[in-house]
Amino acid sequence: MRFLPIVWRNLLRRKFRTFFTIGAIFFAFMLYGVLMAIRSAFAMGVDMAGQSRLMMIDKVSIINPLPASYEAQIRLVPGVTDTTHANWFGGYYQDVRNQFPTFAVEPESWLRIYSKEFEVPEDQKKAFFADRTGAVVGVDTAKKYGWKIGQKVPIQGTIYRRPDGGPWEFTIDGIYDSKIKGADRTNFIFNYLYLRETIPERSGFRDRFNWYVFTISDPDRATEIAAKIDGMFANSPNETKTNTEKAFVADWAKQVGDIGKIMMWIVAMAMFTILLVSGNTMAQAIRERTNELAVLKTLGFGEGRILSMVLVESAIIAFVGGGLGLALSYVLITAGGDPTHGLLPAFYFPTSAVLTGVVLVAALGLASGFLPAWQASRLRIVDALRRN
Amino acid sequence: MLSQTIAVTAVNLRSIRARMGSSSVAVIGIAGVVLVFVAVLSIAEGVNATMKASGDPSVVLVLRAGSDTEMTSGLGGDQARIIQDAPGIARDSSGAPLTSPELFVVVDHPLKRSGSPANVPLRGVTPEAFKVHSHMKIVEGRNLEFGKNEIIAGRAAARQFVDLSVGRVLKWGESTWTLVGIFDDGGSVAESELWCDVKVLQPAYRRGNSYQSVYARLADSSSFQQLKDALTSNPQLTVTAMRAPDYYGSQTETLQNIIRTIGGIIAILMGVGAVFGAVITMYTAVASRTREIATLRALGFGSIPVVISVLVEASLLAIVGGLVGGAIAWLAFNGYETATMNFQSFSQIAFKFAVTAKLLLTALFYALVMGILGGMLPAIRAARLPVVTALREL
Repeated sequence: MRFLPIVWRNLLRRKFRTFFTIGAIFFAFMLYGVLMAIRSAFAMGVDMAGQSRLMMIDKVSIINPLPASYEAQIRLVPGVTDTTHANWFGGYYQDVRNQFPTFAVEPESWLRIYSKEFEVPEDQKKAFFADRTGAVVGVDTAKKYGWKIGQKVPIQGTIYRRPDGGPWEFTIDGIYDSKIKGADRTNFIFNYLYLRETIPERSGFRDRFNWYVFTISDPDRATEIAAKIDGMFANSPNETKTNTEKAFVADWAKQVGDIGKIMMWIVAMAMFTILLVSGNTMAQAIRERTNELAVLKTLGFGEGRILSMVLVESAIIAFVGGGLGLALSYVLITAGGDPTHGLLPAFYFPTSAVLTGVVLVAALGLASGFLPAWQASRLRIVDALRRN
Repeated sequence: MLSQTIAVTAVNLRSIRARMGSSSVAVIGIAGVVLVFVAVLSIAEGVNATMKASGDPSVVLVLRAGSDTEMTSGLGGDQARIIQDAPGIARDSSGAPLTSPELFVVVDHPLKRSGSPANVPLRGVTPEAFKVHSHMKIVEGRNLEFGKNEIIAGRAAARQFVDLSVGRVLKWGESTWTLVGIFDDGGSVAESELWCDVKVLQPAYRRGNSYQSVYARLADSSSFQQLKDALTSNPQLTVTAMRAPDYYGSQTETLQNIIRTIGGIIAILMGVGAVFGAVITMYTAVASRTREIATLRALGFGSIPVVISVLVEASLLAIVGGLVGGAIAWLAFNGYETATMNFQSFSQIAFKFAVTAKLLLTALFYALVMGILGGMLPAIRAARLPVVTALREL
């Protein structure tokens, strides 16, 4: 460490180049942060989806609702511990552009099964359970429209219609949040019974649910239980498709398709181009000094010492640029959240990806310093001094 | 001064070959950025092109008021009849209105690319549909026979989903269908769909005699307002009418919003990063020639010719990079067909990446700007370095 001043001097001798190299690396790692956030956004939260939760929909299409009578039959299946159900409501506030995921659910079982995804304070929960026209809304949506607890909000539906054509009026009984990173905080849930009273019986859509969710005691038995349940409803007018929630989310993400993957490839390419350019410059800065390294050698500096001095120098550049880039993108993405305001709720920078980023920064510092230093060390002092 | 500029520039350009290493890094850097820029925007262009192909301005779409997509709309058979008789709609030689009440549902069917199930749009139509959607033609097999469980598939759907070829028998739930033909619709959204007889589809999906939308061909393009007023003022109806281009434009709003937002963030970060990259490569290029430049200046060359020569070199490298990046983007992505989810109706929509000339020119322009910005600082530096110091540089 006695030789840090030499390293420091070397860094400062071409301040301009050092500054711009650090800048380029900084932007490369900002891009890395965005890349990782896009990756989790297009995975649609597959990492958060439960392995021990099963989902069941109609085999032909999720738009065909399943009879309410299925719930009692599922509860009897050994291994099934809890069940709930939901209907896609397609709600919007004031303007049809202001849409957010709106589900009509069975309040108690829904909040029991999704206790981590929908964290609601006890008193708010109680109010919600007691209020047939109440709703619980995600903190992001509440913030977006400035809704407060106790406020009455009119929500119009795109699928269901009230006989009078007007909106449903809900009381915001609770606002949920979640400690899970990247959790969707935009949902709006309300009691199915409130929706039910507006569905005419002769429509054939009353007491039918778009999907069921149930928990099982042993995730390893998921496939077996799913097959058993689908078998129970085979050859009925509503055959079912049951799978883990994770598998459903994965299929859902696949429907969005390779767009996410292509964007990731593109960003990765951009990042590596910039890294290539800056790595090359860092290497160049050391290659230029081959004869100085030879002088140091002549003065009696050992190979190892010279190598470590060079590595410290390139590591400083890499860590200042890359570290700042990682830190700033982490802060911005975590604070800013979803840039599309609700379309990509899982847009976040996972902690594990930050670690990978640090490894990349270290690799950059090592590779760009090691190669030229190693090349220099292979030269004989006399040749190195004669170079240039 | 002009002759000086030309002389220095010529020396610079001729010596690029000797500095192949650092020059190619600059070219690769710019090429990468241009490639990324073009690729991201070609997605948006492609989606746009599909939407444009779908929006025949003389076709009007009628949905239930409050619905933003066919999927969530609903119209009873009696309402559909009232809509069909509204004024402003074109009529055929026999006097029948050119309208098509349709039912739009989705079925679960596996995608070719992942093998995982996705929502294919299945549209029930009447025989009049082929007069309203007049660009449609069968390119393989035959048209469907009404009254039978037959299906025709759009070209894009046939390419994206498994087992969608003529002669296949498909079973969804309790109904079985035979695929009898493949159709083309000028690259529109309809090519991502399957079509069948609405009268067969209604009972299969327990829809009674209800529809989701009515498509109508206008008598002439000025009759839209007349039709719209007639529909919205009719107390028996609660519907909205919109021209097809407006409807299809709104259908991909969400998707376009995602691409544009993410694309914008990427483009800004990458653009600034690339300028930094260009600065350091040009800097390295100039630094390695410090002595050379100082010699020129000692010989009496002015500093402006030196600045210009560096800028010319930088722009040239940028243009080469831009061309390389644009060419790769064009080769790799133009016409690449993929499908994604239409967030409005949750069904699959196929489109082709479109690398347009306008896009390439814009990208080339950005490449040039990046090159000039990147060359500027090193150029000024080269020109301002005191000659004596520079000559001593190693």
